[in-house]
Amino acid sequence: MKTTTMTALLAAALCAAPGALAQTLTGGSIKVGVLTDLSGVYSELSGQGSVKAAQMAVDDFMKANKAYAGKISVVGVDHQNKADVAGNKAAEMIDRQGVDVLLDLPTSSAALSASAVAKGKKIPVMVVTGGTTALTNESCNKYTFHYAYDNYMLANGTGTAVTKRGGSSWYIIYPNYAFGQDLNRQMTAAIQENGGKLAAPSDATPFPNTDFSSYLLKAQSVRPKIFGTMQAGNDLVNVVKQYNEFGLKKQGIGLGIGLLFETDVAALGQDAFAGAIATVPWFWNYDARSRQWSAKFEAAFGKKPTWAQAGVYSATMTYLQAVARAKSDDGDAVVRALEGYSFDDMFARHATIRPQDHRVLLDVHTVMVKAKADAKETGDLFTRLQTIPAAKAFMPLSESKCKM
Amino acid sequence: MNTQLLLIQVFNGLVNGAFYALLSLGLAVIFGMLRIVNFAHGALYMLGAFTAFALGQALGLGFWPSLVIAPVLVGLLGAVLERTLLSRLYGLEPSYNLLLTFGLTLLTQDLVKQVMLSRFAVSSAPYTPPEALSGVVNLGFVVFPKYRLFVIALSLVICVLTWFVIEKTRVGAVIRASTENPAVTRAFGIDVGRWVTGVFAVGVGLAGLAGVLAAPIYSVEPYMGAELIITTFAVVVIGGLGSILGSVITGFAVGVLAAVGAAIYPPIANTLVFILMAAVLLVRPSGLFGLPEGAR
Repeated sequence: MKTTTMTALLAAALCAAPGALAQTLTGGSIKVGVLTDLSGVYSELSGQGSVKAAQMAVDDFMKANKAYAGKISVVGVDHQNKADVAGNKAAEMIDRQGVDVLLDLPTSSAALSASAVAKGKKIPVMVVTGGTTALTNESCNKYTFHYAYDNYMLANGTGTAVTKRGGSSWYIIYPNYAFGQDLNRQMTAAIQENGGKLAAPSDATPFPNTDFSSYLLKAQSVRPKIFGTMQAGNDLVNVVKQYNEFGLKKQGIGLGIGLLFETDVAALGQDAFAGAIATVPWFWNYDARSRQWSAKFEAAFGKKPTWAQAGVYSATMTYLQAVARAKSDDGDAVVRALEGYSFDDMFARHATIRPQDHRVLLDVHTVMVKAKADAKETGDLFTRLQTIPAAKAFMPLSESKCKM
Repeated sequence: MNTQLLLIQVFNGLVNGAFYALLSLGLAVIFGMLRIVNFAHGALYMLGAFTAFALGQALGLGFWPSLVIAPVLVGLLGAVLERTLLSRLYGLEPSYNLLLTFGLTLLTQDLVKQVMLSRFAVSSAPYTPPEALSGVVNLGFVVFPKYRLFVIALSLVICVLTWFVIEKTRVGAVIRASTENPAVTRAFGIDVGRWVTGVFAVGVGLAGLAGVLAAPIYSVEPYMGAELIITTFAVVVIGGLGSILGSVITGFAVGVLAAVGAAIYPPIANTLVFILMAAVLLVRPSGLFGLPEGAR
């Protein structure tokens, strides 16, 4: 009798052993959902490249953690940069496709909407490409983490750097929607804190918009040291094109950019942007580690990564490692494993996940766009002016309105 | 608002007006002669800009040759579209050609986007003005890009030329005759079908020309025509459907009014043209220069 019990127990234990991991994963597997813009204005800077980056992270993770081999998959879904579509798709991905985490989320409104949906379903969200500080302030929640960058960090980095380098007076234009209004406010504050001033009140421009000539003519008559543009993507490309056309650079008016992606510089040619200052969380040729990863990405995808895509890789890896630590993909368990976690990878340096508001703190860089003649290799776009340490780059907790 | 700012905005408005005028002129020629509401006009404008960009990339052709070649190529494409697709819809309700041209717009935009992404790895491309026209001139009250002054001038010349050909020459007389009474015109031994194709080709060629002119000012991207075409239709309605003189004058006027209006009260920039359209339609339902329905 005793022997049979022992044998039965042993048999049960043996059977359970390989299945032990699977039992803690809902459905026996992990599904990573990249909710992004696959067709619109942000599809080049995130899009398929973000899906590829997430897939790379999954492959690397499964190689290093044999217990998970073959158990993790990636699904990429298009949210068309629309808040309502993003909300619906998020619900569908979680309920019907069994997605365990949502990532990327360009366009602030889409990010906010998906984050609210995921919160109700207790699914972690890692916002990489959305910029609004609302995600870690009034709209923060237990399941949402804000990776890579936000408007405060952009304004703080660029506003401070440009003002300190002699850009003491600014004239700013911004697209008239949540992102632009927020960024204009933050930028103005950063300029004034550093002893700079506005040469004329900021102007809101229609969004989207192609013709910025009246604002450029106004800049000519106001004569600020810096023409600040908070436009993004294609609107930014148009602004900078017309900034050059109207010869503002020759008239001694510098260019300060709120949000800059590598793809914007590629669209217009780097000479048009040369001398402009912006803040980015990462760039591909920052150091040996970022270079090494970028070479892998380029081999797999055919193009150099943008910082948004590199951020998606890092966020996916950070999520998966939290699952490994928690030994579960349960939303609450993963959130516990993420909160307060400190790490350092090819993208995020000296990074910590702030438990109070889920802001992912990391070193960021203020850069100046190089002229083509100064580029040492293809895609060599930025000269690093300074690195802002993680602790100083983002909104201090004392200013946060987050109540989780 | 001071006089200087007003003058600046007038100039600025003339540039936008030049694009409205060129585009609505093409629309007016096509509608006036063929009764086609060509919704694909914005896509063909984009195709003009894209062709200039592609010619530069593939053959190293600069702005000047492209200014001639791109509109011709777009015009030829127009001729093919008219022969193969639009000509099958004559005699049917106008909503059919509206649907067809709208579908063509979507198709063209996505095709160009695919080509841009696969061939040039970007969906928005730079295009610089020719050497001779780059830089700015000091007009005394404002420093203005030379290239924009060139756009105003060239567009004026083209508009006057088109009006002259249609209203004052024998060619124009034949065109007007073939569209107003095809049967009688045919009886005179004139191949009406060929003339119709020609008129359509010239109309979309004008859109192509506007596209090439726009390339150095705006970035070349698949959706550059989408927003512009809506304002252009408003211009056509204000000017009077089919009126050539009306579309040219209204094009420039709307450009200037919108720019001045935007300077006085910025939030109105995008809606002013539609407010204007509503006001004009209330007073003159056939537009400022349009003939009343019965007179056609």
